Amino acid sequence: MNDLLLEARGIVKRFGGVLALKDISLTIRVGEIYGLIGPNGAGKTTFFNVLTGLYVANSGSFTFAGAPLEIKAPHEVARAGIARTFQNIRLFANMTALENVMVGRHLRTRAGVVGAVFRDAGTRAEEAAIERRALELLHYVGISDRANDLARHLSYGDQRRLEIARALATEPKLLALDEPAAGMNATETAALRALIEGLRDDGLTILLIEHDVKFVMGLCDRVAVLDYGEKIAEDVPEQVQRNPKVIEAYLGGALA
Amino acid sequence: MNTPMSLRKFAGIALVAAALLALPFVMALAGTAWVRITNLAILYIFLSLGLNIVVGYAGLLDLGYIAFYGVGAYVYALLASPFFGLHLPFWVILPIGATLAALFGVLLGTPTLKLRGDYLAIVTMGFGEIVRIFLNNLSRPINITNGPQGIDRIDPVSVAGISFGHDSTFLGLDFSGPVKYYYLLLLLLLGVIMVNLRLQDSRIGRAWQAIREDETAARAVGIDTTRVKLLAFAMGACFGGIAGGMFSAIQAFISPESFVLTESVMVLSMVVLGGMGNVWGVIAGAVMLSYVPELLRYTVGPIQTAVFGRTLIAPEVIRMLLFGLALVLTMRFRPAGLWPMGARKREFAMTKLDAE
Repeated sequence: MNDLLLEARGIVKRFGGVLALKDISLTIRVGEIYGLIGPNGAGKTTFFNVLTGLYVANSGSFTFAGAPLEIKAPHEVARAGIARTFQNIRLFANMTALENVMVGRHLRTRAGVVGAVFRDAGTRAEEAAIERRALELLHYVGISDRANDLARHLSYGDQRRLEIARALATEPKLLALDEPAAGMNATETAALRALIEGLRDDGLTILLIEHDVKFVMGLCDRVAVLDYGEKIAEDVPEQVQRNPKVIEAYLGGALA
Repeated sequence: MNTPMSLRKFAGIALVAAALLALPFVMALAGTAWVRITNLAILYIFLSLGLNIVVGYAGLLDLGYIAFYGVGAYVYALLASPFFGLHLPFWVILPIGATLAALFGVLLGTPTLKLRGDYLAIVTMGFGEIVRIFLNNLSRPINITNGPQGIDRIDPVSVAGISFGHDSTFLGLDFSGPVKYYYLLLLLLLGVIMVNLRLQDSRIGRAWQAIREDETAARAVGIDTTRVKLLAFAMGACFGGIAGGMFSAIQAFISPESFVLTESVMVLSMVVLGGMGNVWGVIAGAVMLSYVPELLRYTVGPIQTAVFGRTLIAPEVIRMLLFGLALVLTMRFRPAGLWPMGARKREFAMTKLDAE
């Protein structure tokens, strides 16, 4: 299949004696919303952190966009085209919303110290382009009216959006969202869902970690379920929901 | 709306410029000592602005910053004194000193990249001490730094045949050495401020601030934190090196004693008190902490003599007491410093709104 964007093979991650990821293999296709669900502590975020270079896997490998993905440092993963958000929002709190997104452009721009000091025509043009693109992205996620507010003054929902805008600024091929709906009310969740669907319709591939099963089932094209570091299911949502292993994992072994 | 504002701004700048130009002559009325004090204050501004890049922008706590000042000072002293018989002009030495200091910055930065907060502070403090101890002991087996005796008879700055070492008359005005240095330093200061402001609002400046705010997130959006942090250390050190070179030229004598830990703490206090990350705050902090001790020197003694008939507490003791008190009060009531960076943000937001 040549429409694979990401392929993970045999990913293993140990923390001391704890096996957090046991031989995880999965594939994400171009243009789909791929959900990764599982009970607390199942290893979802660990998988994310391995993929984005925060943790080093004990074994296993990734292929991304047709080439082996060498995960040496987070910034190299971002350069390859994988952008992420964090479960507990990590913004640059004392910078404005606009500046947050402008930082996201760092990767795709080049001005150095000399350019910064002398402000030659090239640097000025690049700065203008960075700001323009950042404003576009703020507009895209629907918070352009908060551009000059400090990130920490934004509402919770807007902070989530800002984090997505910052991730988009890196021009990712794959956007990895770590529990984006966590702590959101029904209205905010619906709006977030519309945003994610919009991103998919604009051609982005999305990897979504979520705790909220209902949210995932309605939104994702395919879903993988992790339990105690093992992948116990990977299929379209309807099939996954009927999978007895999944039901057991969520409701506890007592019923089985 | 726009024109009167910019007119007022222009008038303000003109006023400040006139005041700065007239300052040394006013100071000279009170004694040349005050011009020297002002020159040292400007050097402290250089240092504070340099440290501001490391601590204020990038959020890396550096307690050994004075080492770079020392490197710059010794480079100047060795290349322009009878010690090695070298007498290079200052415009050749300053870039050498700045570059070497920047290299030392990278040298310090490389092993400390993974350290944060307190741990980084301890290692940088050690680095500062190592440099000082080296300067103190590099007199054997080959005499490079002349050890604790220091280096004397350092050449004054000389531009177009005019030496800054002694007085000269120009347009009927008497320009003493310190007054000439004052203008030179003011010129350099303009450059340093411009570089600082421009770095702040640049791609690199934003990357520094991103690292300060959240290093993990900064890495996740693709910032090569290793490179960007080293750049902060190098740039900060570079300013320290320039300041050190000028210090050598002005003092004509340097020894390792000028580059002790207290000096690092002093510069850090200026940055913290003024407002980390805000250029104008940092300048204000440096000016305050440079002049207050001198004012105390001239007031504390006489007042005590007048009241008690003798000096009960030495001015130096009172100085440290007041510093401590000032820092405690600042941290208690204005933890972000007297003029923090946030003010700039609000200003920024306001001007945007005005423009629309």
